[in-house]
Amino acid sequence: SDGYRTLSLSGHVGFASLPDQLVKKSIKQGFCFNILCIGETGSGKSTLINSLFNTNFDDPVSTHFLPSVRLRAQTYELRESNVLLKLTIVNTVGFGDQMNKEANYRPIVDYIDAQFEAYLQEELKVKRALFSYHDTRIHVCLYFISPTGHSLKSLDLLTMKRLDSKVNIIPIIGKADSISKTELQKFKNKIMNELINNDIQIYQFPTDDETVSEINAIMNGHLPFAVVGSMEEVKIGNKMVRARWYPWGIVQVENENHCDLVKLRKMLICTNMEDLREQTHVRHYELYRRCRLEEFGFRDIDPEKRTVSPQEAVEAERHEFHLELQRKKEEIRQEFVQRMNEKDAILKEAKQQLQTEFEHRMLMLKEASLKLEEMEKGLEDEIAMFVRKKANAELLQPQATFSTPALSLKRDKDRK
Amino acid sequence: QQKNLEGYVGFANLPNQVYRKSVKRGFEFTLMVVGESGLGKSTLINSLFLTELYSPEYPGPSHRIKKTVQVEQSKVLIKEGGVQLLLTIVDTPGFGDAVDNSNCWQPVIDYIDSKFEDYLNAESRVNRRQMPDNRVQCCLYFIAPSGHGLKPLDIEFMKRLHEKVNIIPLIAKADTLTPEECQQFKKQIMKEIQEHKIKIYEFPETDDEEENKIVKKIKDRLPLAVVGSNTIIEVNGKRVRGRQYPWGVAEVENGEHCDFTILRNMLIRTHMQDLKDVTNNVHYENYRSRKLAAVTYNGVDNNKNKGQLTKSPLAQMEEERREHVAKMKKMEMEMEQVFEMKVKEKVQKLKDSEAEV
Repeated sequence: SDGYRTLSLSGHVGFASLPDQLVKKSIKQGFCFNILCIGETGSGKSTLINSLFNTNFDDPVSTHFLPSVRLRAQTYELRESNVLLKLTIVNTVGFGDQMNKEANYRPIVDYIDAQFEAYLQEELKVKRALFSYHDTRIHVCLYFISPTGHSLKSLDLLTMKRLDSKVNIIPIIGKADSISKTELQKFKNKIMNELINNDIQIYQFPTDDETVSEINAIMNGHLPFAVVGSMEEVKIGNKMVRARWYPWGIVQVENENHCDLVKLRKMLICTNMEDLREQTHVRHYELYRRCRLEEFGFRDIDPEKRTVSPQEAVEAERHEFHLELQRKKEEIRQEFVQRMNEKDAILKEAKQQLQTEFEHRMLMLKEASLKLEEMEKGLEDEIAMFVRKKANAELLQPQATFSTPALSLKRDKDRK
Repeated sequence: QQKNLEGYVGFANLPNQVYRKSVKRGFEFTLMVVGESGLGKSTLINSLFLTELYSPEYPGPSHRIKKTVQVEQSKVLIKEGGVQLLLTIVDTPGFGDAVDNSNCWQPVIDYIDSKFEDYLNAESRVNRRQMPDNRVQCCLYFIAPSGHGLKPLDIEFMKRLHEKVNIIPLIAKADTLTPEECQQFKKQIMKEIQEHKIKIYEFPETDDEEENKIVKKIKDRLPLAVVGSNTIIEVNGKRVRGRQYPWGVAEVENGEHCDFTILRNMLIRTHMQDLKDVTNNVHYENYRSRKLAAVTYNGVDNNKNKGQLTKSPLAQMEEERREHVAKMKKMEMEMEQVFEMKVKEKVQKLKDSEAEV
């Protein structure tokens, strides 16, 4: 059912204008491009960007004494002919300046990820506006290599390795006017070999489109581009050109024999800017998105059923959470009932013991009480008997010593 | 910040890069044709694209009528000037042809929605590859040339589909109407369209004065009255597409005979990209947000949920997970507290009894 027939036209229909319609729309929308420059302080980043875009971007000079790496982004609106370009330049400030550079790459990776995250969040919203979204994702990273002439620094290898799956990297040798021609080619070869040996994937100018494959292939062979930047003008012949004035000669930045600035400008801006944007969206962003969704537990179940959308997942989780809460509540309640019963049993037993004790004591009290009663009775009986005896004795003996009956009773009792 | 260039940079070449890449990619377009049988739909499509899309081997919808309304698609690949177009024509054999046509639009709605659904699925996958786009980007609705006004079916169909697809209403077989009748008919139709608040496809405003003039001219001639033909006739030495009558030839591409040229220019030469953009940015987004919002609301009208339409869902998930963990902890703590309190009470009671004893 996905098969199609190929038909021929019997006249001019006019859909050959489709690319023009698309171009018209994109010109109307305007373009945006975001460049990240990584390089040590003083490696020539700002000057190069100025030279590349033939504009003074007024980037303030930084010191070497910043405590950590920061990223500074500036957005500019440029116009060339009928094309409007929103250019964002992101500079790393303080890169490579610290004693311990281990964490230098972290802020950079975080920044790149943050732009992907912002786009992803917008893409996942229920009500979204992607066609008017200002895309801040980094489309290209110009990595500035110091013109030592020897090899890449370990910081360079470490940083580029961390970035090659997140952004298109174009390595640049900055301030290349300190390297001689012979040294330069050796240096370039060394760098490319080190990149290959360390399995660092830099951006390759695409060779799949016949219109540009040849020039792109040639340019791939010139990497990394050795550039010199300058905004100062010097008069050569009867023209003013951008150059750097040395006692031994004048380095013309736009002279292809002197440096690769023109090559870089051609490749980066004239020929492959759109491809850089496309690769960022189709490759780097998709990878980020996939990893992020997997982090949250999203999976493609099968091609027939729809992958759960975040909204559905939120709803499903909310339902799950509710059930879990109910379950846990019930579990706890049952546990408590059991503990309470146990406690109750212990307390009941204690109470029971108390009760038994109480009853025992009451019994003893009663017994003692009874005994006391008995004794009292016995004593009363004795008293009665004594009184009778006394009365009888008195009857028999008219003269007797009259001691108080109580006293005599007492004496008797004592004697008894 | 606005900056001025002090020399050649070269990003003025960006449009060429876009051009180049789009030609390499190729183009796609899905066009739907709806109308009762016999209104000349197949002939018009063949005329528009100057190709035998419908032929005896591949008959048009009027020849394929079944018991119920079907929605069927056929794909053709055409090339012109180095540009490749994969054209999908969707037609609806049986539409409006039954005795009882209530709900005959339902299969059409279902088809359009299912294509939106397919795209939404493809877009939602974790692993996204090429996303094939089969969404219907334009619907040509054929109105029978009665000369009076719209039929109830016409109104019903357009009302139900105007928020799902770009509708371009056409007066079919316009060669049965005189210019005055046609003018009257058009006025009546537009009046009824406005009365019923039907939103047909609107041409976008441009900054270009010239273009706006052209657009205004087109707007005044809506709905477009068309004639199609598969035959070439010789008129005044020229070979033209037309319909031969005893009283003359009705020429398809003659602007005084019908609006075919306007339709072709607008549909293919100038506004095809915009039809795709409106489908993607408006109709599809409406479908998507309705689908996803239904999940969010979960059937309960909750004021709290209204703000969630613009909230980012991953952030929402994180927040809800944190909240849940906190809730569970709190609940455990509270219950523990209650338990301890109860135990304390009982122990106290016992102590009191003990003291009593």
